[in-house]
Amino acid sequence: MLIIDRGKCIGCRACVQVCPFGALHIDDEKKAVVDPAICTLCGACVEVCPVDAMEIQREKADLSKFSDYKGVWVFAEQKAGTLSSVVYELLYKARQLADKLDTEVSAVLLGDKVENLCKELIARGADKVYLIEDSSLKHFVDEEYAAVLVRLARKYKPEIILSGATSIGRALVSRVAVQLHAGLTADCTGLDIDPENRNLLQTRPAFGGNIMATIIAPNHRPQMATVRHKVFPEAKTDSKRKGQIIKEALIDEDLDVRTKVIDVVKEISDTVNITEADVIVSGGRGLRGPENFKMLEELAKVLGGAVGASRAAVDAGWIPYSHQVGQTGKTVCPKVYFAIGISGQIQHLVGMQSSGCIVAINSDENAPIFDVAHYKIVGDLFEIVPELTKAFQKLRK
Amino acid sequence: MHVVVCIKQVPDTADVKINPETNTLMRDGVKSIINPFDMYAIEEGIRIKEAYGGKVTVITMGPPQAEEALKEAVSMGVDDAILISDRAFAGSDTYATSYALSAAIEKIGDYDLILCGKQASDGDTAQVGPGIATHLDLPQATYVKKIVSLDEEKAVVERMTEEGYDVVELQMPCLFTVVKEINEPRVPSLRGKMKAKSFKVNVWTAKDLEADPEKIGLKGSPTQVVKIFTPQRSVETETITGESASEIAEQLAQKVESVLKG
Repeated sequence: MLIIDRGKCIGCRACVQVCPFGALHIDDEKKAVVDPAICTLCGACVEVCPVDAMEIQREKADLSKFSDYKGVWVFAEQKAGTLSSVVYELLYKARQLADKLDTEVSAVLLGDKVENLCKELIARGADKVYLIEDSSLKHFVDEEYAAVLVRLARKYKPEIILSGATSIGRALVSRVAVQLHAGLTADCTGLDIDPENRNLLQTRPAFGGNIMATIIAPNHRPQMATVRHKVFPEAKTDSKRKGQIIKEALIDEDLDVRTKVIDVVKEISDTVNITEADVIVSGGRGLRGPENFKMLEELAKVLGGAVGASRAAVDAGWIPYSHQVGQTGKTVCPKVYFAIGISGQIQHLVGMQSSGCIVAINSDENAPIFDVAHYKIVGDLFEIVPELTKAFQKLRK
Repeated sequence: MHVVVCIKQVPDTADVKINPETNTLMRDGVKSIINPFDMYAIEEGIRIKEAYGGKVTVITMGPPQAEEALKEAVSMGVDDAILISDRAFAGSDTYATSYALSAAIEKIGDYDLILCGKQASDGDTAQVGPGIATHLDLPQATYVKKIVSLDEEKAVVERMTEEGYDVVELQMPCLFTVVKEINEPRVPSLRGKMKAKSFKVNVWTAKDLEADPEKIGLKGSPTQVVKIFTPQRSVETETITGESASEIAEQLAQKVESVLKG
């Protein structure tokens, strides 16, 4: 709980102003008071207090009860026999965490006829691969995948489980975490280890990226997190690496007859989907009509990228919803993001502002998109975009 | 068909501003709204009632003022509204929140379908929907963009994936989280607004839910926030100009290429 030393408090209001939850106020005696029902012990007030009047007292976890838990696990998401690229990013980070914990990295691979993927997982840094193959695991079925993962986690007791923050990853590990009564942090952009207590320090954006929060689960194991795409680099391939494949059988209790996947439909015309793309070329209202998305497709094609869109363009029916970037669409983090004819409302910005490099092209020089842009071009997109496509073609010849 | 819709009251993020002096979130004067994704869940619930008969119950967990969100749902056409409110629930993470909501749904009892928005706009976790399904041991489909068919026995839905969508069949009762593409939420009618005004929301406490004190509030939450900070966003913007579009394009292309190579 948060302890306020009333003797030290000078009533300066610094803590009241920084509290993201509005849990503090100054009472009649000009001293800070906390509402423990609202306080989340985030510590923002502790850092800002000029007289060190605030202190957080936490229950100390009994670390000895966790001594059985070892190893960092990565959920090796695959679809139709192809690993999701986020798995390689997870293996990169898992290796760093495992080195700090002096433990192993394991991948957990579920599917039908996917044994050939084990080699790649080992080459990318897995010391072990837990492989569960069965025809009923061909497609992602939430309940069955969760049952298998829960059973294996109970058996082998990993201390950390990481998954991509994909549509499958989020649906799956949410179920697993509840069954294991484990802490789960969504959509992390930073992961580290507290060497003192082996806690996983999980940093993620909140309030649409306006603030960052670091989260721990000190009293529970395993510690679970989903990780945002494109935040970490991919683990490099070393074909000489050796690893162990541990085959586990599916058992009757894993099966769930209540759900079945009837059909898998691919809708996105590009081969690259926007959450995995290194380059995204997005268009907004400034494109004036659906026919002009052709121009963006051409640019995206030269760059091997995908086409995104603002809500305005999707609502106008110019491009399907699966391309929408922003609060009610997808959150993306490519190396380069082109915002073309997009004014940059906050709802759009929260979905793309963590991109590595943002290029904005807009005719309105005061468009808010320029506030987050690395490269600003004020001009007519209908003139610039085709020239840009040509320029890239020339460079890549 | 009895549909239970779980919603959350969130700050209208469009209004959230950072205080430039303290570099923190300014919460004063921030309007509270129904989480945008939950609007689609409410609308879908009402549409199911209109198509198949039955009723729609909306529930939320939050402080007393979250009643406003429930009343707005009533104005759109839901039949019943339950507020789970108790200081004992404060500080709940997604585990504790999904536990409390599932306890309330169990108390409701005679449900056929549970709908949630795909995620809340303040937390963005997408964990509470699947969490409720797991606590209740129900099958789930996330990111649902279309309910293809529905009866007492089973449902067929389309769930969005990164590449397109899957068609999934689920036994009832089950839980869906829905995305924006599923429908266009209605604007409340004048009659709906009048009904909401005088509507009496049920308030349930931890005791009413017979909730396990070990699973609610801060104590029941495995995760703890230990630090909150404002991301340093010092974007240096370089303006690219030139005599012609092609000159601008060539400069830009070279810069972008070096980013992609580096």
